[in-house]
Amino acid sequence: MSRRISPVIPGFGLTLGYTLVYLSLIVLIPLAAMFVHAAQLTWDQFWAIISAPRVLAALQLSFGTAFFAAIINGVIGTVLAWILVRYTFPGRKVIDAMIDLPFALPTAVAGIALTALYAPNGWIGQFAADLGFKIAYTPMGITLALTFVTLPFVVRTVQPVLADIPREIEEAAACLGAKPLQVFRYILVPALLPAWLTGFALAFARGVGEYGSVIFIAGNMPFKTEILPLLIMVKLDQYDYTGATAIGVMMLVVSFILLLVINLIQRRIEKP
Amino acid sequence: MSNSTLSASTVANAARRGSPLSRRLLIGFGWLFFTLFLLLPLLIVVSQGLKMGVGTFFDAILEPDALSALKLTIIAVVISVPLNVVFGVSAAWCVSKYSFRGKSILVTLIDLPFSVSPVIAGLVYVLMFGAQGFLGPWLQDHDIQIVFALPGIVLATIFVTVPFVARELIPLMQEQGTQEEEAARLLGANGWQMFWHVTVPNIKWGLIYGVVLCTARAMGEFGAVSVVSGHIRGVTNTLPLHVEILYNEYNHVAAFAVATLLLILALFILLLKQWSESRINRLRASAAEE
Repeated sequence: MSRRISPVIPGFGLTLGYTLVYLSLIVLIPLAAMFVHAAQLTWDQFWAIISAPRVLAALQLSFGTAFFAAIINGVIGTVLAWILVRYTFPGRKVIDAMIDLPFALPTAVAGIALTALYAPNGWIGQFAADLGFKIAYTPMGITLALTFVTLPFVVRTVQPVLADIPREIEEAAACLGAKPLQVFRYILVPALLPAWLTGFALAFARGVGEYGSVIFIAGNMPFKTEILPLLIMVKLDQYDYTGATAIGVMMLVVSFILLLVINLIQRRIEKP
Repeated sequence: MSNSTLSASTVANAARRGSPLSRRLLIGFGWLFFTLFLLLPLLIVVSQGLKMGVGTFFDAILEPDALSALKLTIIAVVISVPLNVVFGVSAAWCVSKYSFRGKSILVTLIDLPFSVSPVIAGLVYVLMFGAQGFLGPWLQDHDIQIVFALPGIVLATIFVTVPFVARELIPLMQEQGTQEEEAARLLGANGWQMFWHVTVPNIKWGLIYGVVLCTARAMGEFGAVSVVSGHIRGVTNTLPLHVEILYNEYNHVAAFAVATLLLILALFILLLKQWSESRINRLRASAAEE
């Protein structure tokens, strides 16, 4: 390993060594153990597990709802970041502080709170019931819970970038005759897009794996409202460790491919 | 002032603030969203928890199973947070003070637990230490239980909170560079003196910020702990798992009462976060003035 070590600052070997050992013991070796366990399966067995209709339904549901939640947060999060950076208004500080609530609140608490609100007899759910549709115990409820727990990601990645854009650029554009939409399209979008994508990717990854907030509001019906992490739990409860491992490996691989794609898009935007 | 400059400045102002109407609409939307999406869930937790009166509320919180769950949650936090603090400082130190090949891979690996589902975090420990796991037979021979016991809960909590402290410290320490540490060394400080008297005061608030985030997640972790806990009431239940059990037993009032306790802790954590963040911003501002 080649390194340019600062001649007077000590501790490179100690800190790098400790970091690698800790990371290996806690994260890397256990994760590798999962892949080793999955490798006991032949490809056909593996394929049979992950292509079972119930697994595919859960796969579609998990990635679909996480994607929708990340999109919703992409829009609402950007609007919130915009308000918090560009405007001063009463209560701005309170809203700014409370944006992080979903990170601080245990997900189980978020789950039962949202279920109580959006169940057919809940404070908000009853209005939906009057209109003839259900929110809790449907994919819509799952999307709602995921939107809640991933709300801070887009806001907190877009906010600092937006604050750093010099206002003069937009003013110059406006003086040169750009309409607000043109300012948005040609100045704000290119500046914000990389941060936006980072927030989107974080929200999406968290949403795919999220368990605590979802299981209360989902209703957990196989083929309809059963998410992938829950399916892993179900397999574990049946002592089907191999099935759980195969689904876990598939989930990790799909997530990483998607994150890699987002990462590549980001690099192309940053270095045109 | 000529007419054209006047109109240009008006246009510029409009660009800066947006038209009054869209400005009001956006702020209104922000308030509405905040109320419906963030405030209402808090209100419903408290109101459901207090539905049967204050007496029932305290009975639910002070019941032995709830207290032992609280104790277990505190133990998990008290073990996992300091371990991740030492790791975070160590990781941030080698990433921010030196350049070496493979650094970006290391940073990616540090962030890895963020993109792994908590349920998978629990699963990997079951595969390692469970009865059928790689080390299962050996552990059984030596009568050591990790999964479905306290060590498993602590390990799962550590896994999901590994990146928090490192993530806060790395950008902060990169920004600060190595000049002050180098000066301390040249003035004769040894490694530990330099660390305690120069580095720690510099990163103090970032460290507190990371600890606050780490504590919040450790306290509330559900999926990973749920896999490795075994759900033995009064023995291996943390507070969030206790909420789930009460809820699934249709004991909603007690579930929401315990949830209220967690909610109060979460709001306290938000306050601490706000406070440490404002200190970091103040330090940044004074550094910028110099």
